[in-house]
Amino acid sequence: MSAQNLTLVQAVRDGLHTEMQNDEDVIVLGEDVGKNGGVFRATEGLYDEFGGDRVVDTPLAEAGIVGTSIGMAAYGLRPVPEIQFMGFIYPAFDQIISHAARLRTRSRGRFTCPMVVRAPYGGGIRAPEHHSESKEAFFVHEPGLKVVIPSTPYDTKGLLISAVRDPDPVVFLEPKLIYRAFREEVPDEEYTVPLGEAAVRREGGDVSVFTWGAMTRVTMEAAENLAAEGVDCEVVDLRTLSPLDRDAVVESFRKTGRAAVVHEAPKTGGLAGELTAIVQEEALLYQEAPVERITGFDTPYPLYALEDYYLPSVARIEDGIRNVVEY
Amino acid sequence: MSVLDRGPREQIQVLDEAGELVGDPPSLSDDELVAIYREMKLARHFDARAVSLQRQGRMGTYPPMSGQEAAQVGSAFALDEADWLFPSYREHAATHVHGVPLERTLLYWMGHESGNRMPDEANVFTIAVPIATQIPHATGAAWAATLRGDRHAFLCYFGDGATSEGDFHEGLNFAGVFDTPTVFFCNNNQWAISVPRERQTASETIAQKAEAYGFDGVQVDGMDPLAVYRVTREAVAKARDPDADESRPTLVEAVQYRFGAHTTADDPSVYRSQEEVEEWRGKDPIPRLETYLRETGRLDDERVDAIQASIEEEVSAAVDTAEGERRPHPEEMFSQVFADLPDRLREQLEDLERLRDRYGDERFLKE
Repeated sequence: MSAQNLTLVQAVRDGLHTEMQNDEDVIVLGEDVGKNGGVFRATEGLYDEFGGDRVVDTPLAEAGIVGTSIGMAAYGLRPVPEIQFMGFIYPAFDQIISHAARLRTRSRGRFTCPMVVRAPYGGGIRAPEHHSESKEAFFVHEPGLKVVIPSTPYDTKGLLISAVRDPDPVVFLEPKLIYRAFREEVPDEEYTVPLGEAAVRREGGDVSVFTWGAMTRVTMEAAENLAAEGVDCEVVDLRTLSPLDRDAVVESFRKTGRAAVVHEAPKTGGLAGELTAIVQEEALLYQEAPVERITGFDTPYPLYALEDYYLPSVARIEDGIRNVVEY
Repeated sequence: MSVLDRGPREQIQVLDEAGELVGDPPSLSDDELVAIYREMKLARHFDARAVSLQRQGRMGTYPPMSGQEAAQVGSAFALDEADWLFPSYREHAATHVHGVPLERTLLYWMGHESGNRMPDEANVFTIAVPIATQIPHATGAAWAATLRGDRHAFLCYFGDGATSEGDFHEGLNFAGVFDTPTVFFCNNNQWAISVPRERQTASETIAQKAEAYGFDGVQVDGMDPLAVYRVTREAVAKARDPDADESRPTLVEAVQYRFGAHTTADDPSVYRSQEEVEEWRGKDPIPRLETYLRETGRLDDERVDAIQASIEEEVSAAVDTAEGERRPHPEEMFSQVFADLPDRLREQLEDLERLRDRYGDERFLKE
């Protein structure tokens, strides 16, 4: 089996390339995805290889990009629209929520929406205003959408291929902080990582730490630091936020009886609340401490001079996990 | 005849590319003409310094504006102090003309919350980074002014890419329906990052879109500061005080070019040719006005040198002030979310302060 050492963003490109070769119904469209190869180079070279009918530079209009993608998907294509930054997805929100997510339901299965909306998300890259938000909870809250967030290059390709082949709409959020943070062996050939399955990144018996996206690496660093203090963390990378892998969450929690959740998004209404509810519902009698939520604050994402305070840092994560363990 | 009565496919020019007078000049005093020149030079120098600060790691991503000085300065100069300006994210020169200090703009791009605070005395709305969202805001504010009986004009900037967004349509449609005193100023710089103007719209011009909303649309040479001033001045006057048969709003399409990248994170050589850039550099607004002012005896070497020295000093002082600003306190994240700090936010701030005390700031800050 041949493989290459790829970054996460290169794995996005590789996944798109694989599916465009496999299925000529797959088309990529968005702002600057064609000749420019995407502002993060996620679509680099695809325009030259597949042409302007399948790798389409669109007018600057997010509702137009997603709305026309819905029409394409209903007609039988497999569009993969890109929204340049998650902070600019809101003009398309109505199309995603009111239409993509409900097309199957509303048409009683006559029309469907096999579409993957890709968007880089999250903070930590010293970006301008509106370029750093993590609002995955908006989309998880919407029935009829799947929400995927990879944290490694290998998973990125496999999850993206699964998302493209999925019969229903998927919001595929890419943690841009780690787009180029590290490389990993990614097979050249096609493979899938199934949607809806979490991955245990570190096994441990003292406390379960649930996280995803760019926070996975920070959490792993905190877990290693805590191991030196004798605290044995189990780190679970959820990978798919909707549908959530309840079995993996509950299984880990039954083992440890203690949990923390780490996410960049604001605390109130964030996914940490949902995960807390799951362990309450499924494993209350195993619980030995309150679930700790280590998250962004309930403030608009600050301009970048303050973002290091906003994002959960290794120190904050360690402190939160200690609270759970010492309770 | 008002220049606004020209058809939206006929580009208005006062100074040609060689700085020759080819149209009726606006009524501007010698001092005002030199002030426009000085602001354009200031903008060009500021832009070069800002790009250099970014390259040196002293500032974050920055959107350059070189090439667009005439459109920004000429239009903002047409406002009276009480009029309002609604910028996108590239209007560093226009906002400066209307009262925003350079250091405020630098601080914004350096990631300081204080850079987002427009001075109380400047009628400038907050910067809009999402595309076209400021257009309905400008319509709404202008509408509110008419409801209050105020006679101000509202100048709203956006790019050619913004005309593809739904907010452009809705903002202009409301302006037509409610006859608001809004001047919609499209900085058509030919490129929305990598996507050329022809791919944003199949319309021959952007100006002609105004016809469908029921008000005037006019195309102007956006690299001719005198033409831009003249058109905007007339549009602003009409917004405040239209004749019986006139509607207040106007769409101005200022045809221009950004010489540099979309932002410092962009490499334009991927999508456009050097020949094209050179062709547009031949239309550079600054030498154009300088030639005119020299040939009409309003500028000479001595004055040009003095202006150059004074703008370099002004920009240096702004850089020093901005860089002298201390890292903002985390409390600034929390303090302006609501009028009153809710308990849950107060607790989150206290938690953060407790952690900073316990572990030290160096465990939070990456650099």
